[in-house]
Amino acid sequence: MNDEIIIKDLTKKYGSVCALDHLSLTIKPNHIYGLLGRNGAGKTTLLNLINNRLFPTEGEISYQGASVTENASAQRQFFMMSEDTYYPDSMKVQDAFRWTKEFHESFDFPYALELSDRFALPLTSKIKSLSTGYHSIFKLIIALSVQVPYVFFDEPVLGLDANHRDLFYRVLLERYSEFPAAYIISTHLIEEVADIIEELIIIKQGRILACGDKEEFLSGAYTAAGEASQIDTFCKGKKCIGTENFGGLKLAYLQGAAPKNDIPGITIAAPDLQKLFIKLTNDEYVNA
Amino acid sequence: MNFNLNDERPIFLQIAEGIEDGILTGGFPEESQIPSITEFSMMYRINPATALKGINLLVDSGILYKKRGIGMFVVTGACAAILKRRQQQFYESYIIPLVLEAVNLHLTEAEIKSMIERGFNNE
Repeated sequence: MNDEIIIKDLTKKYGSVCALDHLSLTIKPNHIYGLLGRNGAGKTTLLNLINNRLFPTEGEISYQGASVTENASAQRQFFMMSEDTYYPDSMKVQDAFRWTKEFHESFDFPYALELSDRFALPLTSKIKSLSTGYHSIFKLIIALSVQVPYVFFDEPVLGLDANHRDLFYRVLLERYSEFPAAYIISTHLIEEVADIIEELIIIKQGRILACGDKEEFLSGAYTAAGEASQIDTFCKGKKCIGTENFGGLKLAYLQGAAPKNDIPGITIAAPDLQKLFIKLTNDEYVNA
Repeated sequence: MNFNLNDERPIFLQIAEGIEDGILTGGFPEESQIPSITEFSMMYRINPATALKGINLLVDSGILYKKRGIGMFVVTGACAAILKRRQQQFYESYIIPLVLEAVNLHLTEAEIKSMIERGFNNE
């Protein structure tokens, strides 16, 4: 039995538009993943394909030796929190929790009530009357209370204020420590999840740009800053991902292991995930 | 112990140093239990694997020890060991960058020495 989700040569076309282009990827159990990509890169399409909300044009997603498409027993091991919900608008929050329990046996009802209390989500409110932020919180609470091996979050903190985002990240880490599972977080707020995620998936135009251990990914790049002409000389023969000019100064993003910080006039530093992401996914940068 | 992380250095190193600072200031006395991996993870909003890596660094260097099924504890003599190591690293961590910057600013050895004296007198 293989507990990884194995994605092979996955392609999804919407008419002539290719959303995913022969994408291959393995998602390991019990890790927190960051699924990153610009708007339209294919993140939501990938999540919808894994969760049987779309059918692949080509390729396969398998789990425990079988395709996950139209596979009810595999789908019971996954849960996806996404923009749209399938609860009737007039349903009350507490009734939606009860319904979820009917469909997902593992749903931890007492925990959902505890989280509702911590987030101050009113249980007797109708779903349609919830604000954007509380609608997200309602969906988050369900996703955090369903105890399945793979939980997918598509833009989990949409509309949440700073306090609630902070609480969500803490609760996620707390839950992950108590009940290890794979949590896959698709988000644009890279800075906020940078320290929380262990594994990274970056998609660009329907293809994998980077995939694997986050620390390893970060240690494969560095920045060099200093006087512009000195930086230009320094960059010769090295793989430059992008640059920024500021007056007579220049900052270069370079691929490879960082050299020792002992060159007079040049400051070598580690890049942060968000800045590196921006450089790598900019339209000007073509991945060789 | 610093409650904020910066992004200049690996986080697991900052966690290890933060615990050491806590031991030196008496926040984590010798033979006391330090917070759990989950507590570190939630406090700093970091992946538990990162917190574990920082704590393991201190287990390997003989600052912390594990009581099976209970948690992590500070070794007797940890304070002295941390002080000794940091004293040994003082030259690399502080003197070398200080001399580099002094050269950049055209400050002489005599001027730096007098500044150090001034610093000690103001203490």
